[in-house]
Amino acid sequence: MAPALVLFYILAFLCVGGAVAMVTSNNPVRSALSLVISFLSLAAFYITLDAQFIAAVQVVVYAGAIMVLFLFVIMLLNLGAPEVVKKTRSFLPLATTLLAIIFPMVLFGFGVFAGLDGPTPSGASKLGTVGAVGRTLYSPTLPWLLPFEATSVLLLVAVVGAIVLARRKA
Amino acid sequence: MVPTSYYLTLSAILFSLGVVGVITKRNPIQIFMCIELMLNAANLTFIAIGHHLGQMNGQIYTIFSLAVAAAEVSVGLGIIITIFRSRETINVDEVNILKS
Repeated sequence: MAPALVLFYILAFLCVGGAVAMVTSNNPVRSALSLVISFLSLAAFYITLDAQFIAAVQVVVYAGAIMVLFLFVIMLLNLGAPEVVKKTRSFLPLATTLLAIIFPMVLFGFGVFAGLDGPTPSGASKLGTVGAVGRTLYSPTLPWLLPFEATSVLLLVAVVGAIVLARRKA
Repeated sequence: MVPTSYYLTLSAILFSLGVVGVITKRNPIQIFMCIELMLNAANLTFIAIGHHLGQMNGQIYTIFSLAVAAAEVSVGLGIIITIFRSRETINVDEVNILKS
């Protein structure tokens, strides 16, 4: 097997293992830490896909900021202890797990992705650097500048909204 | 060279796991984490397809998706804290005042 494929399988095992551990754990803290493993292996995937800047952003924003926010809220609300699981909807876990196994197998088996195995165009390895991303994002001839500014407004609204929601009522 | 279809299948697996979590979990924080997993699966699809086509657009979409995810998490966790202050519980089976 090619080294790239071996690396892919190792990372995929880590990633899916982290996700399965997150879904099956009843302890929110353990769940969050498993999700960090999943996010870090996804960042490694982005490096193998020549998206170095996105990989760094994934580590900083997802595995860093967002998961710290999750852990902070879990511990602020004192939810670290696993809660008692009520057996009210016992058919749902089994049914959804079966669907989750069948869905990717159907996608892969029926050849939905089969037309995508051609060679990658040359020059793809230059795409993910900070310079390339920045030149595309801020280019006046490409349509990404207005969405980028709209994103800044969205983040401002989110900051104000989070403060208003979480503030103690006077 | 790993085929693009492998990345897409992995993304489908991650998305399905996220759906399973959203449906089966009763803790809204864990439901949020599963939504994050689904967003990440979509990001992986964007980047894999962008790499396959040799285009920048997949990575740009991922940046926007990331910003939206960060905004969503901050507001969502604020809502969870507010619900916990007023109800002393955040179990989604017990928080049902919108259901008449």
